Amino acid sequence: MSLLFYISSVVAIVATLLVITCHRPIHALLYLVVSFLAVSMIFLSLGAPFVAVLEVILYAGAIIVLLIFVVMMLNLGQEAALQEKQWLQPKVWVGPSILVAVLLLEMSILLLRGESAAIQPAVDMKRISLVLFKEYVIAVELVGFLLMAGIVGAAHIGKHKKKHPHRFLQNGKENGHADNNENNKEVKPGELLKEEMIHN
Amino acid sequence: MQHVWIVLGVLFVLLNVAAGLIWVERRMLAMWQDRLGPNRAGPLGLLIVLADTLKLFFKEDWIPSFADKKIFVIAPAIVVASVLMSFVVIPFAPGIVVADLNIGVLFFLAMSSLGVYSIVLGGWASNNKYSLLGAMRGASQMIAYEVFMGLSLMGVVMMTGSFRLTDIVEAQRSVWFCFTQPLGLILFFIAGIAETHRLPFDIPESESELIAGFHSEYSGMKFGMFFIGEYLGVTLISAMTVTMFFGGWMGPEFLPGWAWFFIKTFAFILFFILLRASLPRPRYDQLMESGWKVLLPLVLVNILVTGAVLLYLKG
Repeated sequence: MSLLFYISSVVAIVATLLVITCHRPIHALLYLVVSFLAVSMIFLSLGAPFVAVLEVILYAGAIIVLLIFVVMMLNLGQEAALQEKQWLQPKVWVGPSILVAVLLLEMSILLLRGESAAIQPAVDMKRISLVLFKEYVIAVELVGFLLMAGIVGAAHIGKHKKKHPHRFLQNGKENGHADNNENNKEVKPGELLKEEMIHN
Repeated sequence: MQHVWIVLGVLFVLLNVAAGLIWVERRMLAMWQDRLGPNRAGPLGLLIVLADTLKLFFKEDWIPSFADKKIFVIAPAIVVASVLMSFVVIPFAPGIVVADLNIGVLFFLAMSSLGVYSIVLGGWASNNKYSLLGAMRGASQMIAYEVFMGLSLMGVVMMTGSFRLTDIVEAQRSVWFCFTQPLGLILFFIAGIAETHRLPFDIPESESELIAGFHSEYSGMKFGMFFIGEYLGVTLISAMTVTMFFGGWMGPEFLPGWAWFFIKTFAFILFFILLRASLPRPRYDQLMESGWKVLLPLVLVNILVTGAVLLYLKG
C-alpha cells in the first residue's frame, strides 16, 4: 500500500506544479483535476475510502466543472496565454519558493523525528457520520445555513424579471403603452445594468 | 485468475451489447414509428452493425486545425473510460462482480460525475460556437441532474444501511425496492436519462438547433467513442436501475441469476429506446426549471419520508 501512496503523491505533486506553470487556463484546470484524483488515491491508500470518493464527486466532478464552465464563458484566447507567460517571470517565483521551502523544512524535521501520524485503521462511513451528527452537529447545521444563504443570494442576483410573455409581444401590441411604461418603472437598477451589459 | 476472466468477460459482453444496440435501437425505433428500419444487410439487417463499425473505422480521422488538439483527442476517451469504470461495482450475479466495494453507490456517482468532462472538453476543444453552446448546456444539465441522481438513491441506501451493491441486492430478497421506493425509482430514472443525455433530454447535442452540439467537429472513430459511450451509458443506467430497484439478479429459480439480470436490463434499454421514439425534446430552460423546482424538492421529500418511516418502524 505504501508504494501506491508514494506513486499517487508524486503524481499529485507533479500535477499541482503543472497547474501553476501551465499557460493555458483550461490545461491548468485539467491538471488540477488530475491532482484531485491523485489526492483521492492518497486517501484511499490511507484507508479513508469515503473521503476519497467525496473528493472525486465534489472537487473533480462538480467544482472544477464549474471552474471550466466559467473559463469557457470568458473566451480566453491566445492573448491570455501570452499574458500568463509574461506574469510567470523567474522573479515571481522567489516569494512562494521561500514559503514552500519553510514548509518543506518543517515537514522534513517532523518526518526525521519520527512523529508523523501512523497510518490509521480504515475510517468507515459510520464513524464519520457519527462524529459529524453527534459532536459537530452544530457546525454541520451552521455550514448548512451558510450554503443556503449563498444559494438564496445567487438565485436573487441571477433572477431575470420576465417583461414580455413572448418575444412577438415585445412592442406592446397586446399590453398597450401604459402597461409597458409601468413595467419599465418596476425594473431595478441592477437589472438595467445587466440588460445594458447584454446589449453591449 | 478468476478475476481476470470476470474483467475480460464483462468487457467483452459490454462492448458487444453497445455495438448490438446500434441495430436494436434502429429496428425498434422503426417498429414503433411504423417503418422498416435497416433490413438489407444480412438476416433481419443484423450486419448493419458490422457495416457501421467498418464505416466508422475507415472514415478520415480529422482533427480541425483550429481545435485544441490534445484535449480534442482526450475528450472522447473520457466518456467511455468513466462509464466502463462504473460497471466495476455492479454485481451481475452472485460472485460475478469485478470489485465489490463497500462504497459502491458512491463510486458509481463519482464516475458518472467525471463523465461530464467529455462533453465539456469536447465542446470547448472543438473551438466552434455550436459545440461550445452544446458543451455549456451539457455541463449545466449534467451537474444539475447529478444532484438528484445521488439523492434519489439515498432512500434505498437508508433502507439497506449500506453502500455496497451486493448488500442492496440481498436486501431486496423479500420485496423489491421499486415497491417501497417508487418515487426514488422515477426520479433516478429521469436523472439517468439526463445524465446519459439521451432523447428527450439530448439538449447538449439537439441536432435540429445545434447540429449535434458538442461532437459536431468529431468524425471517424473519435465520434464512434461518443456513440459507444452513449450506448454504454444507457446500459449502465439500466443496469443500475435493475440493481437498485428491481432486485438485481433475483428471480424465479428456473433461470440462473445472470440471465435474470440480463433480461431486466434489456427491458430498461428497450424503455430508453421507446422514450426516444415517442417523446419530444423540452426546451433548455424548461429542463433546468423542472429539475431545480420540481425534482429537487421531490427528492428531498422522498428522503424525509423514508427517514421518518424508518424511525417509526424502529421505535
